[in-house]
Amino acid sequence: MNLELDQEHELVRQTVREFAEQRIAPVAEELDREARFPYDLVRELAELGLMGMTIPEEYGGGGADTVSYAIAVEELTRIDSSVAITVAAHHSLGTLPIYYYGTEEQRREWLPDLASGRRLAAFGLTEPGAGSDAGNTRTTAELRDGSWVINGSKLFITNAGTDLTACVTITARTGDGEVSNIVVPNGTPGYGISEPMHKLGWRASDTRELSFEDCAVPEANLLGPRGEGFKQFLEILDGGRISVAAMGVGLAQGAYDLAYAYAKEREQFGQPIARFQAVQFALADMATEIEAGRALVYKAAWLKDQGRPFAREAAMAKLYTGLLSNRAANASLQIHGGYGFMDESPISRLYRDQKILEIGEGTNEVQRMVIARHLGL
Amino acid sequence: MKVAVCVKQVPEGTKRIDPGTKRLDRSGEGALNSFDAHAVEEALRIRDAAGGGEVVLVSMGPAKAADALRKALAMGADRAVLVTDDAAAGADLVGTSRVLAAVLEREAPELVLFGQQAADADGAVLWSAVAERLRRPVISQVAELTVADGTARGKRQTEFGYDVIEAPLPAVVAVSDAINEPRYPSLKGIMGAKSKPQETLVLSDLGVEAGAKTEVLALADPPPRGETRKLEDDGNAAAQIVEFLDERRLL
Repeated sequence: MNLELDQEHELVRQTVREFAEQRIAPVAEELDREARFPYDLVRELAELGLMGMTIPEEYGGGGADTVSYAIAVEELTRIDSSVAITVAAHHSLGTLPIYYYGTEEQRREWLPDLASGRRLAAFGLTEPGAGSDAGNTRTTAELRDGSWVINGSKLFITNAGTDLTACVTITARTGDGEVSNIVVPNGTPGYGISEPMHKLGWRASDTRELSFEDCAVPEANLLGPRGEGFKQFLEILDGGRISVAAMGVGLAQGAYDLAYAYAKEREQFGQPIARFQAVQFALADMATEIEAGRALVYKAAWLKDQGRPFAREAAMAKLYTGLLSNRAANASLQIHGGYGFMDESPISRLYRDQKILEIGEGTNEVQRMVIARHLGL
Repeated sequence: MKVAVCVKQVPEGTKRIDPGTKRLDRSGEGALNSFDAHAVEEALRIRDAAGGGEVVLVSMGPAKAADALRKALAMGADRAVLVTDDAAAGADLVGTSRVLAAVLEREAPELVLFGQQAADADGAVLWSAVAERLRRPVISQVAELTVADGTARGKRQTEFGYDVIEAPLPAVVAVSDAINEPRYPSLKGIMGAKSKPQETLVLSDLGVEAGAKTEVLALADPPPRGETRKLEDDGNAAAQIVEFLDERRLL
């Protein structure tokens, strides 16, 4: 048994940590307050090769493993969730489906721009009436004269409306009981993108509502075989859960680091509050749970890298780190006291950014359903 | 253009002296000396501007100093030479300069770069000792470096303006941290670092000794600050400060 990370993993962690602390931390509060998409940071992350980490180099990606990717997402989230979800959604939801299911022609068309981070991609699954019940997709795509004609709407779609966005891959009904994935380029007539949605957290990330009215795309934009859409998006979500689980660990670590530093510095009753057992125990619990959560996330990522089944572990990691990050953000803010409730205190942003980790890419309840299914229940 | 950069791994976080050995405790996490990252960055720029050549990292330290070298390789350096030997542990300036000079003699680069100091010992003299051993000119505190036509031209800030110093190559240059903004290693650089040549040498490979000629007899904390006086500015604080300094003949 060997639990040691490779030297590459350590260097990825060190590099992304330095980047996050030096480049993201100074602007995170302002980006959040102004709900401004981090274009400059995305450009810099692209230059470092962090927008398409696990896509093979021949398609313009980094050729890294999933463990490296999880570490990068974790370190970004430790400082700022908006930047982290922008990277994670682009990589795992926007770009991977085209790599996994695209024909060689589709890969050559889309991946060089997406994997390099010159352009962004989105994945459209959720609809106003189809959240956890993704099978209830209402959006339709009808094959007419060599084109898919799409009608319907999608909701809460990350990265769909930035200036850099190239396309969205959507799930649509292509027949009775048949769901398929289709790539819709931005700018296609009939494809409408709402103004950015206002959110409790992840404010600097781009979230949109999409509408399709007789939106026609070429028949060749179908991703993989017709009718495979349901299976495809379940696989995509399995992998996406590793991203969001890594975000849970990163957010918890960020919350812990803030609480640790504050507890050592803040004095009450004549001594730093870190001397009080109540505070020590809170930090001890956080550190312990973070260690456990990280082990779960890396195991799921490692299984995926080994080409072994990982859906069960990914769901467990997602559930556990969602709950863990909730407790950590809450405990950290409590240690910060009134200062933590103020906007200028980073923990207040982490606290708001946390909640979605228990909802996005499958709620806690959906993770439990997935886990229960794997348990044979 | 062949450029050698002397780099060091320094302890991360709070520095601690081991009371037993009276040496810096290097058992914890280490990192590439931040001052050296500027020297690496400058070397990469010089190599790339010259349209080719080689950036060789030269270091002495424990085996795990290879981690710091790997970061510099990930930034873009071409290969690394690490001298690691139990007999070199605790080497002083004289010993360290002898070892680095021996490696540099072998490598024979046109330019040797140093960061201006190591963030652990903060000595800021090693580069001059190495230059002396190599019998080469040295320019220190360089905030702007131009290498052309067989000369290195360094600009450094002084109290009154700038010194511009020129030296014929081969030369040794110690750069200040104002010289550039070091790049982050790219993912591609990180993935490629492992396959770059990394040579590990022991002292006998170089035929030198590295022990310390100096002995640390005692270590003590700096004395606590003496009595302090706090002035509330009621409009004549400046005058009081002048009076305070004047009394002590500091003006």
